[in-house]
Amino acid sequence: MSSKSRLEQRFAELKAQGRGGLVTFITAGDPCFEASLDLVRGLPGAGVDVIELGMPFSDPMADGPAIQASSLRALGAGMTLAKTLDLVRRFRERDSATPIVLMGYYNPIYSYGVEAFLADAKGAGVDGLIVVDLPPEEDAELCLPALKADIHWIRLATPTTGDRRLPAVLANTGGFLYYVSIMGITGTRAVQADAVRVAVERLKRHTELPVAVGFGIKTPEQAADIARVADAAVVGSAIVERIKDGLDAEGRPRPGMVSDVLDFVGSLATGVRAARD
Amino acid sequence: MSSLNTYRGGPDEGGHFGLFGGRFVAETLMPLILEVESAYTAAKADPAFQDEIDYFAKHYVGRPSPLYHAERLSEHLDGAKIYFKRDELNHTGAHKINNCMGQILLARRMGKKRIIAETGAGQHGVATATVCARFNLPCVVYMGVEDIERQKPNVFRMKLLGAEVVPVTSGSRTLKDAMNEALRDWVANVEDTFYIIGTAAGPHPYPAMVRDFQCVIGNEVREQIAEAEGRGPDSLVACIGGGSNAIGLFHPFLDDKDVRIYGVEAAGLGLDTDQHAASLTGGRPGVLHGNRTYLLQNDDGQIQEAHSISAGLDYPGIGPEHSWLKESGRVDYVSATDAEALVAFQLCSRLEGILPALEPAHALAFVTKLAPSLPKDHLLVMNLCGRGDKDVFAVAEALGTEI
Repeated sequence: MSSKSRLEQRFAELKAQGRGGLVTFITAGDPCFEASLDLVRGLPGAGVDVIELGMPFSDPMADGPAIQASSLRALGAGMTLAKTLDLVRRFRERDSATPIVLMGYYNPIYSYGVEAFLADAKGAGVDGLIVVDLPPEEDAELCLPALKADIHWIRLATPTTGDRRLPAVLANTGGFLYYVSIMGITGTRAVQADAVRVAVERLKRHTELPVAVGFGIKTPEQAADIARVADAAVVGSAIVERIKDGLDAEGRPRPGMVSDVLDFVGSLATGVRAARD
Repeated sequence: MSSLNTYRGGPDEGGHFGLFGGRFVAETLMPLILEVESAYTAAKADPAFQDEIDYFAKHYVGRPSPLYHAERLSEHLDGAKIYFKRDELNHTGAHKINNCMGQILLARRMGKKRIIAETGAGQHGVATATVCARFNLPCVVYMGVEDIERQKPNVFRMKLLGAEVVPVTSGSRTLKDAMNEALRDWVANVEDTFYIIGTAAGPHPYPAMVRDFQCVIGNEVREQIAEAEGRGPDSLVACIGGGSNAIGLFHPFLDDKDVRIYGVEAAGLGLDTDQHAASLTGGRPGVLHGNRTYLLQNDDGQIQEAHSISAGLDYPGIGPEHSWLKESGRVDYVSATDAEALVAFQLCSRLEGILPALEPAHALAFVTKLAPSLPKDHLLVMNLCGRGDKDVFAVAEALGTEI
């Protein structure tokens, strides 16, 4: 990348401030486009440093029940990949500093067309991509074209990623490295801070990239524990559950849903910010 | 036909059959996928592994299955001389066990302690539960709640065999969701668990490995028809859901240029409706469950529900090698509707005294259209890949009969 990208800028700021960051995941279009846009627009004010936005998919193999359900809610409300990009575009009208990373699965992108998707994503203000079912073995599909389009490719490293495989995972990875702290799917097992510390130290011996840790972080305390040992903590399922709790029987957002969710996000941010004091 | 030297060379090192196949899985699974691949490569090169498969094929599965001249059906259709490859006579009543036996022997070589599988109709689940009982390994089968409701006898069979059947309530609650759930289990238990995938699909090396285990079907046909007729077949017909019985019959003959090959997809209520399972005819290329292949999907790339009266064909994808064989033009892919399969089911029962599974009833429905136009000395081999006992309730319901 020529000058510093939004992601590089943000992690440089966090380093300068001497604190860990908060990355939050919600699914684009959950529970509907308008409420989702309100949520995303409110995240930076609630203290979120990087926004991870899920691209809904009918078959989210790496996700647990909470995010599966959020994906189906979004699709049920008519969300598409084109609308996800539109949501990013609308967010960027008012916020040009907060990095947005899209996370999801390959088929909707493949269906949209790789070149068209990258051009539209870049135009909308997307900073990075996490595509769960594209390992390094399939880099020619989307990773290399994304790098050419000046969009970061953010890879997941997992407890099964041994030292021999790590270089392949790190190659072409930019912005940050996402460490999956548990064996399993999103939002199921609880994270263990001590194990994460050891894992992050190992990763840091191989890369200078910031390391964000996610899968299994549900409370402000856990987020703080992780922010002490990693560059950022990622919270997803716990936030998505709050969204679900704020819906009425027909699946429509109840009054106050957005502010309730943002309050919870604010408590996560407070935890993360106090972690290294 | 194009000028390829061989149609049997795939996949390449990355698991690709032309555009199709590959390894589209989460990073957590990648090391394991690579481990399965290297273990399978080593096993293939070890004569002791093949000896073990052969032993159990003969003494436990009951191979070779007969190649049977369906004389009355041939007379009735008044055209080609029709042979059935009787894989419905295998232990557990279908071709599925050929694959399960190969995979569990590999899992044992790898020292895996726990087996998981997905199932739609329950045939693969039963076959997996069977080999797990035989080799004393705990078995967890994921099955959509919709399918559990439709296939109660098979659910009970699996339980009798000692398997745990986990109801899948996510998504559309059918086979594709059962496969998602099995993949989620695998991600969480990679250290000790082996995933026995039921068809020639999924991430590399599964499509090639499952094909290799099923090729016993075609290899036996080659020997048996030479013995019966002194020459090879003129055409081959098999039904396609994921496509494992079909690839097992077809693959050994792909380079026999004079052999015509037909794969029959499930057209459900008709290809002009949205209620079918014909991925090749009605879908387009996409990525799901670890491979690129033809998929039923909407304009946004969301996977759509398949429909077929046959639960075993009720899957929105297909094995990647079939996608490639379609594009290369080597195999003709056709389809048969629910109604046509039901007619064929009854025809076979009355003329040959064989209740076919609804899956091969689709293949037979196509045979009834193809055979009359062919000369009497045309040798047609159809894979009768499963028996129909499991389907009597579904057939009774479709015919409006109370039993």
